[in-house]
Formats: sequence, structure tokens, C-alpha cells
Amino acid sequence: MKIRTLTLSAVAAMAIAPSAHAERGSSGHVNIIYWQAPSTLNPYLSGGTKELESSSLVLEPLARYNEKGAMVPWLAESVPTVENGGVSADLTTITWKLKPGLKWSDDTPVTSADVVFSWKYCTHPEGGCAQNEKYNDVKSVEALDDLTVKVTFGLSKPFPYGPFVGAQSPILQAKQFADCLGAKAPECTEANFGPIGTGPFTVKEFRPNDVISFEANQNYRDPAKPAFATATLKGGGEATAAARSVLETGEFDYAWNMQLAPDVIKAMEAKGKGKVVAAFGTLVERIMINFTNPAPGLGAERATAKHPHPILSDITVRKALSMAIDRKLLVEIGYGSAGRPTCNVLPAPEIYKSSANNACLVQDVEGAKKLLEETGWKAGADGVRAKDGMRLSLLYQTSTNAVRQDFQALIKQWWKEIGVEIELRNIDASVFFGSDPGSPDTFQKFFADVEMYANNFDGTDPEAYMSNWSCKQAPRPETQWQGNNMPRYCSKEYDGLVAEMATTGDLNERARLAKAMNDKLMQDYAILPLVDRGRVSAHSNTLGGVVLNTWDSELWNVADWFRKK
Amino acid sequence: MTEITPAPDTDLRPPRSQWLDVWDQFKTHRGALWGMGFFVVVLLAVTIGPYLWTIEAQFIDIRARNQGPSFAHPFGTDQLGRDTLSRVLAGGRVSLAVGITAMLLALGLGTLIGVIAGYFKKLDGPLMRFTDLFLALPLLPLLLVIIMLFRDTLRAAVGPETGIFILIVLIIGITSWMQTARIVRGDVLALKEREFVLASYSIGTPARRMILRHVLPNVLSPIMVSATLGIANAIITESALSFLGLGFPSDFPTWGRLLFDSTDYLQQYPERVLWPGLAISLTVLSVNYIGDGLRDALDPRIRGR
Repeated sequence: MKIRTLTLSAVAAMAIAPSAHAERGSSGHVNIIYWQAPSTLNPYLSGGTKELESSSLVLEPLARYNEKGAMVPWLAESVPTVENGGVSADLTTITWKLKPGLKWSDDTPVTSADVVFSWKYCTHPEGGCAQNEKYNDVKSVEALDDLTVKVTFGLSKPFPYGPFVGAQSPILQAKQFADCLGAKAPECTEANFGPIGTGPFTVKEFRPNDVISFEANQNYRDPAKPAFATATLKGGGEATAAARSVLETGEFDYAWNMQLAPDVIKAMEAKGKGKVVAAFGTLVERIMINFTNPAPGLGAERATAKHPHPILSDITVRKALSMAIDRKLLVEIGYGSAGRPTCNVLPAPEIYKSSANNACLVQDVEGAKKLLEETGWKAGADGVRAKDGMRLSLLYQTSTNAVRQDFQALIKQWWKEIGVEIELRNIDASVFFGSDPGSPDTFQKFFADVEMYANNFDGTDPEAYMSNWSCKQAPRPETQWQGNNMPRYCSKEYDGLVAEMATTGDLNERARLAKAMNDKLMQDYAILPLVDRGRVSAHSNTLGGVVLNTWDSELWNVADWFRKK
Repeated sequence: MTEITPAPDTDLRPPRSQWLDVWDQFKTHRGALWGMGFFVVVLLAVTIGPYLWTIEAQFIDIRARNQGPSFAHPFGTDQLGRDTLSRVLAGGRVSLAVGITAMLLALGLGTLIGVIAGYFKKLDGPLMRFTDLFLALPLLPLLLVIIMLFRDTLRAAVGPETGIFILIVLIIGITSWMQTARIVRGDVLALKEREFVLASYSIGTPARRMILRHVLPNVLSPIMVSATLGIANAIITESALSFLGLGFPSDFPTWGRLLFDSTDYLQQYPERVLWPGLAISLTVLSVNYIGDGLRDALDPRIRGR
């Protein structure tokens, strides 16, 4: 009798074993740590990455981006395009079709009414929706039948994948949020802290700015997923402690965003408990050149287009500055495997990546010296070059951050070698990136000659990003110093390319235009790209199925995660 | 025959200056002597040192990064290959200059306000409320505003490093005099009721003379203690400022910055925090001991015992 039971259970075990992660809940519990703590689970009420990513366990969009930046249908049956008739020929409408049979975690069906509601929720005139720009130019969203939704834009939209795509604009349940529209949105604490979703997990308990407990969603569309029965997302702390908890002590299975020095990470990884994974997106550490004169003597006209920069208006100086930088060494010192040298401000996705500027990968100090010498910048007694009484003396600012200060010191030395005198300044990150028009130290005001920071763009379409450097985007007093064109770069040719891209729908043509814009900026040396920075996360050796994604939430495929035996 | 011959006075010692007595007393304090010795060595090292050890503190030799102690680099090198010894020497120059100047400023202000508040009853209330006001001021926002307002003007007038030096010394000075003022005021209030002060008052000694002759020498010991704590405080405040990006440019070494820079590497290269850390703590300790010895030496009640 006993033997029979044993044999039976052995047989049963063998039957289960090969598909150990093919059954819902079979992997037990997973611990995730985010060193910034989520304060809500409603991504429409917060612009923070931590909120977007933690809510992506529960809420899902119609389509999302995979690790290559390509769009994959998620709640929708397929991604609508002009070819399959989902996008109208005049590029003003897009029609999404939901997968049939989808259920919310409370066992009610997902319908097109929920999609329409999500749009209404975010675009309510009284409400402050953090993801408003996703719904830009949307004129109406209508339910054609229970599973079909038509989005109509007020103008021709070459890239109509703003609404309902990616972690920023998921679908909310209309029933749950019906009374939470507009000004009442932040008051619906229960809904915001425990949204009903379609994702692999449901919220069991949410403690704001601390811990979220999840359970597997019993109504998830794939009956075999998720492999984990429960999940905990712990928030707060700092990057070093989070990395240690995964790589050294093994308390946690997944840690997000490891901004640590390469040696530190390497030493932790050597303990053998976990692995560091990196993926590259569009984040580029760059030096911006100021085309306007930031001299304090100019008063209100300081750093505006009225006064061109006395030194940096000379392209040979800008070019020499770029030539003197050893980008490979910067990567080695600052980022290790989490970075790679780049000569483009638009490094990805692949189709937009230009190869016309790769010469900058090789440092050429002698060439830079020669270039300056030839154009009349002669070295003085103290080694600093001068021309027409203007000394090559620059103020170089960035935010306070150990890696950035190392970069500053290194670059200062290289620039000193070619005869440029540099004064360094570092500013507290919350002030530097604070955009406060009252502060003189913001990166928009740019009261310095060169400044360094990193920037990227959401999603995969570079149109908005590349239009950052059109003349009208320059921060100036009339715009309360807002705008994205920090260098105050202004070129008719560039503005022409921006205008052309806004009306071009063909993907290949758009790629050509984006590359042309990138090359124009690079060859004018308005921006000196340094490092293409990857996103670095860490996961335990026993956690399988992790695919790091820089184009969407990092937890985008959490349904596929499993415990390795 | 009444010739008076002065009786030979065996007790009569040759006249001595008061400061010699102070020095005699100071010498009996072993810790103070060691402290003074160390402080002089540090002062000499940071003033003369950079002329003897000629590697430039800001020079980057990237191939020699993260090295341990060797003959070429006795203290090793940092993550960019800068020589740690020359950075500690150059950093000490700045840190000590900031510490001492800011301390003197804070001490001067604090003593002045403390003595006036304690001595003149009418001014006590307003001056102490003024002190409360300063104590209640949040340091960081104040610093942000001051630096924002004056940085560019000073930078244009005297250059980035001197400009920041003046600013930092001023800021630390005007935000750390309050404790000294409080302590001094309390002591002055107590002194004012003592018999010798009353006696002096009864023969019509003017206030100015009273303060300089009777009050100040007797409150010297708390002032000395404040001074020693003040140097330490100023060095630490300067470090915190550098860390926030409000201090000197990031490549300009100070002890505080060296310490902050190396905390990231605490696990891999623990020796790197050691040098600036030792320099700061030993300097602060030695200054404290000097203060201790000076207090004993300057106090007439202890002296000679």
C-alpha cells in the first residue's frame, strides 16, 4: 500500500517535473526590490518609474514594447498598421481589437468600454493626469463593438501608438474607477492602491512607500502563468543595499536600476549569488555646448540668442573639444559593462542609428592641438590658448554624482592638454534638474559654457526627441526658461528636417530623417555624446525568465518568470 | 646708628612675565604638548609639503589608478590615478585655512555678542533673541541663497577658488557663532556678580576697561573650548558643503571631499578613507588637546597648582 502510494507520487512528480514552471503558482514566492518606493499603483497619477513599473504587474496596455524596442500586441489581438488596415490611410485613426475572452481579476469581462474609459480618465479636464502627453491630439475614442476601439486624432499622426501602448497608458477597469474621474481621482485611495487589472498578479496589500504584496491572478489569460503564486515588491533604501540584497545575501530575487561604480558591482557579483544584467536603450551621457554667452554682465539677456558665445561659436573649438575626449576610457572608468562609447545622440533603436560619426571613438589630442593652432588659437605663456584676446577658458557644470565628477576631472585634464582652461562646477541634482525658473543653476538656464548630463526618450519613436533641438525649443526668459534645446542650437536646415518628419508616415523615410538630424547635430558639434548608458539590474541565479527591457516596464514579462530548480 | 639694611628677601623671585607662567603650566599637560607638536607638524606639512612632494594634486595618471602604497605613491592613488599623498597635503592646506579662519570669525562674533549681552543688561534681551533667530535659521536653504546670490559676483571679482573660500569662511563663520555667544553670556552674567568685579565697579572702572581687564580673561577658557570645537566644526561643515556641490570645485581637494570621494570605495580600498579620515580626526583631536591645555594654563585658579 505504502509502496504503491510512493510509486504513484513518484510518477506524478516525474510527470510534473519537466513542466515545473508550466503550472500557475508552482514556483512559490518571488521577492523584488526597488530602491525607490512606489507611492501609488495608479500610473496615471504619477510620473515616477517606480510607480509605472510596480503597477505593471497588475495593469496592462493594449500593446507594449519588447526588449528590442519592437511593438508586441498585449491585450490587443494584433498591432494595427496601415498595411493591415488598422491605421487609416490619412493617418488620422487607429482601430484596436481586443483579444476575445479577456477577464479582469474580479472575473468580469474586459470590454472596449474599459479602453474608452481609460482615455476619459486621463484626459478629464479637471484631473491632472501624469501621462497626458500619451493622449496628445486624440479627438475621440469610440467603442465600435464590445472588442473594437477606434481612436481618432485631430490631425494626421504618423506615429499613432501613443494611447494605450506601453506601461504609461494601461487600461483601467471602468467599473472600479467610475466615480474617480477628474478632481476626485486622487481621493479614490482604495482603487489607486489596489487597482483591478488583467495582469499576472493582483494586489493583496499595498503599503504606500513601503511594501506591496501580490498574489497570482486566478483569471490571468494564460492558465499556466504566472509561475509564482505570490510576489513581494519592497520599496525604498538605496542602490548599494539593494544590489547587496540580491548579489551578496540572496534575500531578494530581483533588484532594479543598479547605479553603482563598475568595481563595486563586480565585487558583489563575484559572491556568486546573482547576476547583473544590462540592456541598452536611448540614454546618452552627453556634453552640451552653449551657443550663447552666459556672462553674468549681460543681465537678463544672459544665455539668450541675442549674444552668441564668444568662444564656442567657433566650430573648430567645438570640434577640438570633442577630439580630445577618450570615450572608451570614460566607459571603463564610469560604467564598465553598463555603458559603451557612442558618437550619436540617437543611439537606438537600430534603424535610427547612424554610423557616419564613428571617428569620434578614437581620441586625437595631437589632431585637436593642430586644429586649434591652424585656426589661430595660439598657446600663451601659461599654456592656455587665446585668439583676439579671448582666452580659451570654460566653465563646465554638471550634477553632483561621483561618476560625473570623475568624468569632469578626466575631461578637464584632456582639455588642458590641448590648451583649454576649465573650471568645474557641480550642482545638487534636485536643483540642476529642478527646472525652477528662479534658480540660476538649472540645466535649462545653462549659465555655464558646457554642461554634462544624460537624457533619453520614452518609447521607440524619436520624433519628439529629435525636435528638441529646433530653434523654438531654446529655453529663454519668454518661455520661463523651459525648453529642451539646452545648447540653444538654431539651424534652418535642422528645423526643416523636423518639419518634414512631422508629416512623414513611412518608417524607412522617418529613419532617414532621424539619422540626418542626428548627423547634423554631431557634425556641427552642438552636442558631444560620450557614453551610451545601459540600464543595469540584478537578479538571483535561481530566478529564470528575466528579459531586461529598456523600452517598457522592466517587469513587463513577469508572467514568464520562474524559479530555477 | 639706625642704618637700615634691607633684610635679604629669600622669597623674592626674579620678575617673570605672565605668559611664561602660562607656558610653564601648559608644559605640564602632556596631551597638550603632543597635540601642539602634531598640529605644528601638520601645519608645516601642508604649507611646505607641496614644495617637497611635487606631484600635482590634480594630475591624473589614468594608468596608475587604484594603486596601493608604493615608493612612487606612498599613500597610493585614487580611482583616477591621482596621488593621494599630494591630495592630502593640498587638501589639508584648504581645510585648515578654512577651519582656522572660519573659527576665528565665529569666535570673534560670538565673544563680542556674548560679552555685550552678558554685560549690558539692556542689550541682553535683543541680542539673545537675535541669537535665537540665527539658531532657528535652517542652515542649508540659507547657504543655497547666499551662494546663489554672491557666487557669480565673487567669482568675477577674485576668481573661483578665492571667491568660494571667502564665501565658505563667511558662511561658516556667521552660522556657528551662536553657541559661543550663549556660553560666554552665561559666564559673563555669573562673573558680573563676583566680588572683585563689584569692587572694581565701586572704584569707577569704565565698562570698556572692566570687560578687557576683568571679564575677558576670566571667560577665556570657555572661549578656548569653543575655538577648538569650532575648527573641527568648520572642517566638517566645509566637507558637507563640498559634498552638496556648494563648496569648492569638485577636483579641488579638501580633506572632506577626499573622504566623501573615497566612501564609495570603502569595501575595495579601505585604506583610501584612512588618510583623510586620520588627518581630520588627529587634527581635531590635537586641537582639542591644545585647547584643554590652554584652558588649564590660562585659568589663574589652576595655574601654579
